[in-house]
Amino acid sequence: MTLLVLIITPFVLALVLAFIGDRRFAPEVNILGSFLTFMASVALALDVYRYGPIIAGGKFFFVDAFSVYLSVLTAFVSMTTAVFSRRYMQREREHGRVGHVHMRFYHAMFQMFTFAMLLCLLTNNIGVLWIAMELATLSTVLLVSLYRTPNAIEAAWKYFILCGVGIAQALFGTVLLYFAAEKIIGEGGEALLWTNLIEVSGRLEPTILSLAFVFLVVGYGTKVGLVPLHNWLPDAHSEGPTPISAVLSGLLLNVALYALVRCKVLVDGSTHTHYAGNIMMGFGIISILVASFSIFRQKDIKRMFSYSSIEHMGIATFAFGLGGSIATFGALLHMLMHSLTKSSIFFTVGHACQMHRTQEIAKIKGLFKGDSFVGWTLMLGAMAIAGMPPFGIFTSEFLIFTAAIKDVPLLTPFILIGLGVAFAGLLRKVQYMVSGDVPSYSKPLPAARTPVILHMVLVLILAFYMPNFLNKWFQTAVELLR
Amino acid sequence: MKLQLMAQVNSFMAALVLIAAFAMLAQRKIKSLVALFAWQGLFLSINTAVVGLVAAKHHLYISSLLTLSLKVILLPYILHVLVARLKIRNEIETIVNIPTTMLIGIAIVIFSYHLTAPVREMSTLITRSTLAVALASVMIGLLMMITRKHAVTQIIGFLAMENGLFFAATSATYGMPLVVELGVALDVLIAAFIFGIFFFQISTTFDSLNVEQMKNLREDN
Repeated sequence: MTLLVLIITPFVLALVLAFIGDRRFAPEVNILGSFLTFMASVALALDVYRYGPIIAGGKFFFVDAFSVYLSVLTAFVSMTTAVFSRRYMQREREHGRVGHVHMRFYHAMFQMFTFAMLLCLLTNNIGVLWIAMELATLSTVLLVSLYRTPNAIEAAWKYFILCGVGIAQALFGTVLLYFAAEKIIGEGGEALLWTNLIEVSGRLEPTILSLAFVFLVVGYGTKVGLVPLHNWLPDAHSEGPTPISAVLSGLLLNVALYALVRCKVLVDGSTHTHYAGNIMMGFGIISILVASFSIFRQKDIKRMFSYSSIEHMGIATFAFGLGGSIATFGALLHMLMHSLTKSSIFFTVGHACQMHRTQEIAKIKGLFKGDSFVGWTLMLGAMAIAGMPPFGIFTSEFLIFTAAIKDVPLLTPFILIGLGVAFAGLLRKVQYMVSGDVPSYSKPLPAARTPVILHMVLVLILAFYMPNFLNKWFQTAVELLR
Repeated sequence: MKLQLMAQVNSFMAALVLIAAFAMLAQRKIKSLVALFAWQGLFLSINTAVVGLVAAKHHLYISSLLTLSLKVILLPYILHVLVARLKIRNEIETIVNIPTTMLIGIAIVIFSYHLTAPVREMSTLITRSTLAVALASVMIGLLMMITRKHAVTQIIGFLAMENGLFFAATSATYGMPLVVELGVALDVLIAAFIFGIFFFQISTTFDSLNVEQMKNLREDN
């Protein structure tokens, strides 16, 4: 029941907001609906916590510790982003960058995107998982080009084409997976159900699954933003409206990684080797290195933080590839921390950009003096994302790094170089933006503080104190994925 | 007897799908490209119906009809209207010249046969040998997207890839479960809607649909 509420609320909201999305009360409807989704996800999480994994709707839905924790995270960040976007989009409208139709479209697609991600996480059918993933792309493509500037259209076109090509490879991988499963489970929908597949994974043909995994890693890896499949990501994340950047960076990448990890578990069960893990580790290391060096060269603040997203997804992919309980625990924690931190950074960045009416790093100055709240949260957010203690990302990176030293000591220098370079690049540029005098073109604007504070406090608390229920979720998820 | 006939029809259709893919690689006129895409869809649809008939899989009739209405009628019609509305000129520039792309295409076919060899050995279905052709048409669609600079040809390449995937599903496994096929068809339909909007956005912002003009966001500037 809660599951149905959780999945239907965003869908119904999308339909409703398609008609009333430009009214004055539309942002409030958006927030209220997102709040309802969030409450439903919490209720579902409590169910899973108490009674274990849930299979519902004629085996169509399957919720376990791994997917429920990501669903709660997705619903939570969607809710805070809805709060943030209320003022942000209102101001964009005052600046004349979006019109009535755009507002309707924006609100409807925002909810459709949430729906697609939740469907990805809750479905039991890996075919439907693919469909929902494609739907998540399609619902955000036109949001990236919302401003209709040449750059925005270019970014959206790249996003559409590259993710379309990538996801097509994933479908081929899924066909191969179905082909292998159908021999054992029999034809029909049953052979694509995750719960069935995992039971027989030991009997699936290893050669076919190895081949399938190559296609799956290229397909879903494109959406995770793994180098060298990442070209679309900095563009799409920097040219769209900032609330969309926040959910793309904070949530969509996680969901894509979720799909990849689900497939990896199947392949591992079949091949009994470290084949899938090695591929993921390779992609992870390359992503960390390329992304961290790219951070140095960025002139656009949102692009810079998109590269930082690639870096962090690289770390999480590496950790999942490494396997073992500590690394997997670290990876799960890292996904959570990165989502919370990165979306809060995008909130402050969006604010700073609106104050200065530009995204260029060179033109944003004097945030400490201009608006001390934005200045400090940007500085603290950058410190958190760079992996400084006492923030949560330090904890997760530390865990992953310890596991890496134990299992693959030769790869640790590369991670360390990546982390160091990213650290230097991020802090140097952010320091430049927060210090100095307020430029004449900067206008102070009231900030939406609640979402930022909420995220930062959570990141800080979770670094010191891991609540029991979260710990248990993670432990169960680790058991599932090991 | 019946099975043999089906195997022959299946191989024949596979050959036609591959020929259509190569013809698309060689074709520079957009109108002809749209027609070739419709032909490829028709071969797919016939193939699906025949497989459904012989293997007695009734859900394949539905996917056959779906392919017919979506990929033979609706999408080519939409593309045709868009091409007419946007007054697109015929000739398209290619990044690599056409004979070279054809040679790369041949290499792709050989590579696909090599890659799917383990699958073919494993399968007991009579349609199994066409999986290589399916993979080859996916890859040729990809090649087309890489080597063409025009937005419409890139989209046709994308849809050709989708055709190849559909062919893979029918030839390797007698089709995916119906819920998945319907979902994929829905996604393609939404994608069609979106690229229609895109063509207008690109052509009004950049004056033409040549995607080479879109290079502001490269890293090296």
